[in-house]
Amino acid sequence: MSRYILQRLLGMLAVMFVVVTIVFIIVRIAPGDPAAVMLGPDATAQDVAALRARLGLDQPLIVQYGIFFGQLLQGDLGESIFLNRPVLSALADRAEPTFFLTLFSIIIAGLIAIPVGILSAYWRGSLFDQASTTLAMLAASIPSFWLGLLLIQFFAVRLGLFPVSGYGGPGAGLGTRLSHLVLPALSLGIVSSALILRFTRASMLDVLNDDYVRTARSKGMGEFQVVMKHAFKNALIPVLTVIGLTAALLVSGAVVTETVFGLPGVGNLVVSAVLRRDYPVIQGALLIVAALYVLINFLIDMLYLLVDPRVRY
Amino acid sequence: MAAVSAPTVSEASFVSRLVTRKTVMVGLLILVVVAALAILAPLIAPYSPSRLSVVNRLKPPSGSYWFGTDEFGRDVFSRTIYAGRLSLLVGASVVAFAAIFGVTLGLVAGFFRRLDTPIARIIDAMMAFPDILLAIALVAALGPSLVTVIVALGIIYTPRLARIVRASTLVIRELPYVEAARALGVPTWRIMSRHVLRNLVSPILVQGTFIFAYAMLAEAGLSFLGLGVSPEVPTWGTMIAAGRQYIGQADWMTLFPGIAIILSVLSLQMVGDGFRDLLDPRLRKDL
Repeated sequence: MSRYILQRLLGMLAVMFVVVTIVFIIVRIAPGDPAAVMLGPDATAQDVAALRARLGLDQPLIVQYGIFFGQLLQGDLGESIFLNRPVLSALADRAEPTFFLTLFSIIIAGLIAIPVGILSAYWRGSLFDQASTTLAMLAASIPSFWLGLLLIQFFAVRLGLFPVSGYGGPGAGLGTRLSHLVLPALSLGIVSSALILRFTRASMLDVLNDDYVRTARSKGMGEFQVVMKHAFKNALIPVLTVIGLTAALLVSGAVVTETVFGLPGVGNLVVSAVLRRDYPVIQGALLIVAALYVLINFLIDMLYLLVDPRVRY
Repeated sequence: MAAVSAPTVSEASFVSRLVTRKTVMVGLLILVVVAALAILAPLIAPYSPSRLSVVNRLKPPSGSYWFGTDEFGRDVFSRTIYAGRLSLLVGASVVAFAAIFGVTLGLVAGFFRRLDTPIARIIDAMMAFPDILLAIALVAALGPSLVTVIVALGIIYTPRLARIVRASTLVIRELPYVEAARALGVPTWRIMSRHVLRNLVSPILVQGTFIFAYAMLAEAGLSFLGLGVSPEVPTWGTMIAAGRQYIGQADWMTLFPGIAIILSVLSLQMVGDGFRDLLDPRLRKDL
């Protein structure tokens, strides 16, 4: 078992090494001088040279890579050109809305997808099953930003139930801040529920015909107990996997959703960084999100190890 | 040679099974209508997509303007069908990009053991980046343009296809007919193209359909953020972004391009699902 963990850990580190290399390359493939692009057409040659020196762009590529890697190992993601502060602290400051948005979206997606997926598998082939799988496909086809705009128009503008945009301004209480997240989380949650629903349904179908489910039924156990205690418990692992990976991917959806709802989160910061060509911020955000994804993947594998004895070989 | 050629699914039986599936037929029908409207846009559109008419600005849907007009008095219907051309072009180009590079990478990784580990690691690392986030980083580096959007999305979806091709190649590589072909001295490139690739058509087709759909969604997202093609070019994403300012007074500006995206993506997913169910008997009734 410890050999398996070590293997997975080494695999994760290898993937992270490639991730870091890819991020390093992306910023360097910019045509022309990144320093000149960042400063714009009005910058003087001295300004460009100074920024090149500050970012280490005047060094040979391999030296730049070494410096970049060394800084990362010390937890240094560089400094934002426009915010004039370390990228890590700029990202940390914006992490709260993104974290809660992701969390609430996953909760909403799970609350919709898991019960519907279970019932869909249980009543396989029924009208309910057909309707729910069609609706799931429809949900997966909706752009989250478009759904967000419709939700704003209906629930915020027409009914006035929720705020239109923002995060309540500086000093706003937790309740006010969270009320700003209801509509964005709903739009992301509905869109993401499709994948979780499909996995829940497929995973339940896999186990519903298994021998132990038949045995539970033949012992006279109630249907609810059979489905929830025997079938769903065993169908849960793939569902948890897809929930974990969806959470990591939701950050991507958050980029667009935060823009629609004017939420001051990481996604919004990245979009403004792209428009200002603030490469260190883009680089830092990419690294953190990819690292999160790799880490969640690793943790899911470890979770498998805990809950499924067959993996412990 | 006949004894070692790869088994293939009867094309006639595949097509006949395909057309009996209601979802696939509905999906195909929507897709054909969307594609026909987009391709024939210059013939169908009642107005030029860039024709300004200040007196007709923000007019609701009517007999003259089926989908209403935008803030410059431009016809939303004409712009919506013209925008479809760009979305379909992006979707198709991204699929072609991902197919060329993804299939090559996946085949090489699956077939040559020595190259497998490094390529598999690169694929894993690329998959760690959420699509829109990586796309906007690439667009930031390369500058927004139609080609950049296609290349960025192509780079994103290449590993997704490569992973599937690699996994299937690893299985096919060990099958007796490949071994027999090797024993008969068939050159490696011929085994790869004739015996392995031919059996990968189904998963490539299924994944390609989904990539088409996701690329259209991602392009709309990039255009919405102002990171896609020039804002003057009508795309569904730029139209929704423009409509956002007028959502209280002219919601048709947002509504119709959104419905166009949904219909296109939904139809592709219906077709992709149908393909997958037919081509993979294991999944036929389960997913």
